[in-house]
Amino acid sequence: MTAFVHHLGFEFRSGLRNSTSMLMYYLFPLGFYALMGVVMVQINPDFGELLIPSMVLVTLMAGTLLGLPGELVEEREAGIFRSFKVNGVPAISILVVPLLASAFHGTIGSAVIALTAGPLFGVTVPTNWVAFILITLLSAFTLGSLAVLIGVVSTSSRATVLWSQLVFLPSMLIGGLMVDLELIPSTVRGFSGLLPSTYAMQAYRGLAYGAETVFDPTLSVLVLAVGGVVAFTLAVSLFSWDRKNSTRRLHPALALLAIVPYAVGTLLA
Amino acid sequence: MTATERTGKQTAARHGAAAIEVSGLRKCYGDVIAVDDISFTVQRGEIFGLLGPNGAGKTTTLECLEGLRRSDEGRLDVLGVDPDREAHRLTDLIGVQLQASGFPPTMTCDDAMRFFCSYHHAAPRGDLLDRLGLSHKRATRYDELSTGLQRRLALALAIGHEPQVVILDEPTAGLDVASRVELHRMIRELSEAGTTILLATHDMAEAEQMADRVAILLRGRIVATGSPRDLTATGNGLTKISVRSERGTIGAGTDIETVTQTAASDEYSIMFTRDIGTTVSAILERLETADDPLIDLRVERPSLEERFLELTSEAVTS
Repeated sequence: MTAFVHHLGFEFRSGLRNSTSMLMYYLFPLGFYALMGVVMVQINPDFGELLIPSMVLVTLMAGTLLGLPGELVEEREAGIFRSFKVNGVPAISILVVPLLASAFHGTIGSAVIALTAGPLFGVTVPTNWVAFILITLLSAFTLGSLAVLIGVVSTSSRATVLWSQLVFLPSMLIGGLMVDLELIPSTVRGFSGLLPSTYAMQAYRGLAYGAETVFDPTLSVLVLAVGGVVAFTLAVSLFSWDRKNSTRRLHPALALLAIVPYAVGTLLA
Repeated sequence: MTATERTGKQTAARHGAAAIEVSGLRKCYGDVIAVDDISFTVQRGEIFGLLGPNGAGKTTTLECLEGLRRSDEGRLDVLGVDPDREAHRLTDLIGVQLQASGFPPTMTCDDAMRFFCSYHHAAPRGDLLDRLGLSHKRATRYDELSTGLQRRLALALAIGHEPQVVILDEPTAGLDVASRVELHRMIRELSEAGTTILLATHDMAEAEQMADRVAILLRGRIVATGSPRDLTATGNGLTKISVRSERGTIGAGTDIETVTQTAASDEYSIMFTRDIGTTVSAILERLETADDPLIDLRVERPSLEERFLELTSEAVTS
């Protein structure tokens, strides 16, 4: 346990020492938040209802999807995992610790947004803060798990960019972050249902803001939770200490199973 | 350590329990056979060197013993643990310095010592950082250390939890002379304290100086095993005698019967012989007869490097 705490402490500090991590955890999402708060709320006052949850999700996605997979691949390729293995660091720690550290950073960024958006931009704040916090933590776990899975199965940093953007960009466009899901055409909504951000936004709106939703908010929470668990389980199953290692147990293509909970969610919602 | 102490330790090691046993190890990467049916034993407290050129299979052998790679065939035993099946049990028993040590770039020396010692359930050994000249670099990030300092940190981390077996892969690569000397001193101290050292290197002088026994690997196979002294003795056995006198009357084409080869280098006459005593006596007698005062006379036994090159050329020829 002491080792795990040391590891987590180091990983958290590492996020502050590394300029790329700082960019992904804080500078990019908070800068984007400030821009959206100043410009978007002026252009479209209705966006005020989405600002806090959508910017929280952008913060979480930047820290996890855009930052974490590349770090994992670089560490594996640099032989850091091998050093960890010969020194008794378990594989589960290699996956859990970065996930938790990025979730901590994401939570700090999210707290800044949640606490400043009301006073700074006069936007609607959550009516149920407990639900807001729980959904934020759940989203951090689910997005972090997905990021870890991408890092585990990607063969290079370039591949991580491709896979991460495959989730990040559609989330921004059709995941309910910039435009409420009910305004998205029903033909596109099927694709929206394959994205974690869609369920997170529906959960925020239904449970933290008490607003009308397209998807059942409780079901959205369930899909998010199952999606996170499936992604993390796949990451553990597909993990390998280095690329030459022949002990990988399952085929990397199985990572695509991570989409199943969202596909089922689309059918049930 | 004196020669007598070393010989005594070798004898003790030969009679002690084995720390590492490798039997019929084979490892392939696709069609490439990296290690082919090799066997050797390392006794407790022994310094054992694995020698060979690049690509000989040294690192693969070590990685199989460390539990980083699974062997394809053969039996491995490290302190009673099978690395193929129970690698997790090995981590507190062995200390490993990998050839390409990878640590997180933002990890400081202090972070690294605390981090790895905590996973080994041991107290951090700040004193090791001091001994290895890292005391003023404790707060420096790994990616800001020079190659030599990175190697020193890797060694400190490998021995921080006081393992019974230390596996070092090219430990002095990239180190300056002073660091090499300090590292050699630490390896000897560990060995004297009873730690078993398995050392892979292609530095023959290092192996000759450090190892109690060595195995020479060529193309994935062991071509010779023994103490450096035994190995050099089994070569062509020629000892080199270099002589320099005031007038140079001992020429390159000397007619001393026991000399089998001759050469000249700068002001020295160089002779190769199997009979050192007779040859040196003959040289001194001839110089005295010629009234040619001796300036310098050196007797050099064949080195491990020469024996290694001999074995390599034999392997290429065959």
